[in-house]
Amino acid sequence: MAEMIATRQAYGDALLELGERNKDIVVLDADLSKSTTTAKFAKKFPDRFFNMGVAEANMMNTAAGLATCGKIAFVSSFSIFATGRAWEQVRNTICYSGLNVKIVATHSGVSVGPDGASHQCIEDISLMRTIPTMTVIEPCDAVETKKAIYAAVNYDGPMYIRLGRAAVPVITKKEDLFNIGKAMILRTGKDVAIVACGALVSNSLVAADLLSKEGIEATVVNMHTLKPVDHETLVKVAKQVNAIVTAEQHVLDGGLGSAVACALSRNYPVPIEMIGIDNRFGQSGEPDILFREYHLLSEDIVLAAKRVIERKKK
Amino acid sequence: MKDIQVLNIKSLEERAKIIRRYVIKMLAKAGSGHPGGSLSAVDLLVVLFYNKMRHNPQQPKWQDRDRFILSKGHGCPALYAILADMGYFSVDKLETLRQFGSILQGHPCMKTTPGIEISSGSLGQGLSVGLGIALAAKLDKKDYRTYVMLGDGEIEEGQIWEAAMAASHYKAENLCAILDQNELQIDGFIHDVMSSHPIPAKWRSFGWHVIEINGHNYKAIIYAYNEAEKIKGRPTIIVAKTVKGKGVSFMENQVDWHGKAPTKEEAEKALTELK
Ligand SMILES: Cc1ncc(C[n+]2csc(CCOP(=O)(O)OP(=O)(O)O)c2C)c(N)n1
Ligand SMILES: [Mg+2]
Repeated sequence: MAEMIATRQAYGDALLELGERNKDIVVLDADLSKSTTTAKFAKKFPDRFFNMGVAEANMMNTAAGLATCGKIAFVSSFSIFATGRAWEQVRNTICYSGLNVKIVATHSGVSVGPDGASHQCIEDISLMRTIPTMTVIEPCDAVETKKAIYAAVNYDGPMYIRLGRAAVPVITKKEDLFNIGKAMILRTGKDVAIVACGALVSNSLVAADLLSKEGIEATVVNMHTLKPVDHETLVKVAKQVNAIVTAEQHVLDGGLGSAVACALSRNYPVPIEMIGIDNRFGQSGEPDILFREYHLLSEDIVLAAKRVIERKKK
Repeated sequence: MKDIQVLNIKSLEERAKIIRRYVIKMLAKAGSGHPGGSLSAVDLLVVLFYNKMRHNPQQPKWQDRDRFILSKGHGCPALYAILADMGYFSVDKLETLRQFGSILQGHPCMKTTPGIEISSGSLGQGLSVGLGIALAAKLDKKDYRTYVMLGDGEIEEGQIWEAAMAASHYKAENLCAILDQNELQIDGFIHDVMSSHPIPAKWRSFGWHVIEINGHNYKAIIYAYNEAEKIKGRPTIIVAKTVKGKGVSFMENQVDWHGKAPTKEEAEKALTELK
């Protein structure tokens, strides 16, 4: 069994390491620092941590101001508040001004669990992807999260990093390369490709195992960067398998599925099936029960793979 | 850096007239824009830029400069005219306001215009940015100051009060807000659209030092900026009573002149008044 760690934990740890090395890093949070794990940074570097209270709009723009003075500003809250409440601040002040602000938000997706729909952000990929010049990343595990945070520090410009509350299996290795905008192929097969992000990547690997037992060989792509989406890898894979399944913990409108469909329909159209949340809100419950309710399980991916293979035969 | 020559009151008043003339010409040429809130802010801005702030038009990104943010971004014609007059860019650019390809966008854009510290235009956001800059100055142990101009309609935005609370929490004494209190917004008088009065009491209760002045009286404006600098342990707001459309008789206190450009004839009439 793979080790289980929440991506948000890896974020707090990465900030601790980076804070030591880079004195330009400042961190802002809106009264959720224990949950987002920025509290670790706050304890070690109190001068460079700003708790802005329950006021996300102000927090975003305070980060923007800090960034105009050469600071690398990490801003954290829950995804819904960072991207929903403060969307226009992100759009008009951070992105339009091209500022070096890293919005690292936790508690995305229905895997938030018992807190229910108000706290389960399933629209953030779409909200952030739509802003010109924004970069959007959802790491699939703790190891990749750490690399994404390091990459964020080395990248000059606005970025959104989507993290989760619940522990997820560690499926990538320390030595795997992480490049913004370059998808990672985790496994190759000739029949179908599953393109996933975040917590759905590990489910996709399990699905590929299940499919293999039935003689169906699947490629699994970890699309950690949702903007810019890696067109080159998508087209390459689509040409090899001619059938795609996308999988994400997000609404289908404007998320990974939409991004993949948009890229392939322009470059190399193939049948696509999408795993994601279809025009519904989340609700309270444990993450595993919710994954069943919203059809985000490996078994759902297996069924989608079979459907798309049928479609390509026609 | 070369010091900006501090002007006496008479010269400041002359400068203000020149800036107001630019504003009228720019808007008439552009055919759209916001005269009322540009004209009400001119005197406050002229004293700030010509007499108070440490800045260098030849080096807009000089690290130790004082910062100015026009949070009520629609008043940018006044700011653009001052920036051009001081040499941030050539004055010929003023007539390109709002045109395709111009460095002078309809609302401030930090990427295209030298001297603009942050893009604005969406009201309610600039005070928070100013706070971020003030916090950066404290972290870096620098003594530059940050000025943010707000509109009295703009402060109906909730984010302004988030920023007000946070600036006082962080004891941002290096932050100075300037309220262009012209008593008008788009849909009418402030008191008709939204009961936001009394303003000074609200800021005091948020922990700010408040200085109330007439925003067209040069002595008072100079006094206010100097006084603000002396206040320790909390931010300062200068609540400046102003007249929307100040300097052009037919625009003064007229809600209709918030967001429309003068015609050629109206511009000529305005320019004769501003001789
Ligand atoms: C968030 C936002 N809402 C609405 C507007 C449209 N708008 C532009 S100016 C204005 C009125 C502003 O009034 P005030 O701040 O008093 O400005 P002034 O009187 O100085 O022109 C409004 C509502 C905007 N620019 N931003
Ligand atoms: Mg007003």
